[in-house]
Amino acid sequence: MNAVRIVRAGDAALIVELENRIDPAVNETAVALAKAIQAGALPGVRDVVPTYRSVAIHFEPLRTDYDELRARVEAWCAGDGSVHQSGTRPPYGDPSPVRVPVCYAGAFGPDLADVAAFAEVSEAEAVRLHTSRIYRVFMLGFMPGFPYMGIVDERIAAPRLSTPRARVAAGSVGIAGRQTGIYPISTPGGWRVIGRTPLKPFDLSRREPVLFNPGDAVEFYAIDPGEYARFESTR
Amino acid sequence: MASLRVITPGMLTTIQDLGRWGWQSRGVSVAGPMDPQSHRLANTLAGNGADAATIEITLVGPEVEFDDERIAAVTGADFEVTVDGRAMPINAPFVVGGGAVLQFGRHRRGARAYLAIAGGIAVPPVLNSRSTHLPSAMGGLEGRPLRAGDRLPLEKRGRESFLGASSSRKSGETGLFAGPKMTPVPFSWLPAGHATVRILPGPQLDRFAPEALDVLQSAPYVVDAASNRMGFRLRGPMLRHASDAEMLSDATTLGALQVPAAGHPILLMADRQTTGGYPSIATVISADIGLAGQLAPGDSISFVVATIGEAMAALIAQERALMAFEAGPR
Repeated sequence: MNAVRIVRAGDAALIVELENRIDPAVNETAVALAKAIQAGALPGVRDVVPTYRSVAIHFEPLRTDYDELRARVEAWCAGDGSVHQSGTRPPYGDPSPVRVPVCYAGAFGPDLADVAAFAEVSEAEAVRLHTSRIYRVFMLGFMPGFPYMGIVDERIAAPRLSTPRARVAAGSVGIAGRQTGIYPISTPGGWRVIGRTPLKPFDLSRREPVLFNPGDAVEFYAIDPGEYARFESTR
Repeated sequence: MASLRVITPGMLTTIQDLGRWGWQSRGVSVAGPMDPQSHRLANTLAGNGADAATIEITLVGPEVEFDDERIAAVTGADFEVTVDGRAMPINAPFVVGGGAVLQFGRHRRGARAYLAIAGGIAVPPVLNSRSTHLPSAMGGLEGRPLRAGDRLPLEKRGRESFLGASSSRKSGETGLFAGPKMTPVPFSWLPAGHATVRILPGPQLDRFAPEALDVLQSAPYVVDAASNRMGFRLRGPMLRHASDAEMLSDATTLGALQVPAAGHPILLMADRQTTGGYPSIATVISADIGLAGQLAPGDSISFVVATIGEAMAALIAQERALMAFEAGPR
């Protein structure tokens, strides 16, 4: 595998940096490495976090044998580079897409008009562009259960708001450049909100509180306000 | 179940344990104590395991009523502490009688104190932790700071025998812990308005101008008013990036010094987000996190580069001190 850099991040974390770009193949490697380290159950490892193109391993400095941890990462990279090189391995996330209903209408998508204007298309066409591809969950972050997904069609890849909103409703589906995401809880936020889903990306009352895993495939489909209301009431 | 009643809440009082580890890959923040060293000492003094939940107090302390007799201890920031008006020591266990009121008075030094009570605070764990994470309103008591009138459930008292050891004291009476003499070990010096903490360069040092690491160490930074449990915004010498300040969102770590485009660093603390889009020039060593956690807005902080060997030695020294102490009185 080329261009792997292993760096310390303080005395309690190690970061494995892969190629610096948004690329499903690079992310596939990050997710696979994270799973391998997690499965290795090295004493003192507290958290293994895959991102777009890196893996952070948080550990207890006095319990984890750093040299052993680093050696394992190196061995994995040397041995499993083929995941990245040839892409012949099966994907590690759920291969069948998670289908996410989104109501793009009116107040649910306050920035839809701006995104359509950015693309110089109708709002209906902007919705079609958002729903016409399968996205990859590259990573989760920012807040519990927030999926960073891509890659958004270049035409609707509108930049973040110059001034973030004071409050974005839970379930809001947003665009930030070539990324799309879902706000699990109401919060300030700067992504362009184009719709809202009745699904909850984070729900502590579920046995699996987090809906998405790194590596998952996600597909959006449009629903109208009536269907949105029915979704909400049937939960 | 025995409980603790909050009479007045103080400025920002939260329940914290070792933190919500294991969920960062799902975007769930760790939270936990701002001064982990003092949190652990408090538990040790109260006879608790390291994983018990304590109460973190910020600058202005609360007033709480106990409904049964408990050993308690206060560590971290130096406050005047009284029980029914009688002064209690800091960094040493004492007994609080049933019905007695523990009150935090004048704050003298440091920013955050830890109140540990034998047994620990028994709020229900969320994702295996009782730590309060304020931005996502998770854990602790309803994910928020304590309020007047709250009742905090307490675990069964940990070491019943521990209480029994103080045989000279009548049951139900408040007082100093009269068991074997315990001398606390001060392993994090409380800052008086300023602290010097050690850093390890990176992980994104290469994204900064060559002189940036020297600039970071050249003068103290002031902790801005817009600082909280997520992080400290620092005002001081500007740090220049080599080129672009934006990067693909990457994982963050406790103690990282993230630098946005304007060049003013942010020190990431307990409630930090799991990921962030700014490069980190350096990371505060684990042994000095507690010291940083004792700073308040207006205080200043200096950074000095250490080696990984020094970072580990400092951590081992702290661990030795704690373990000697946990092993029992000398």
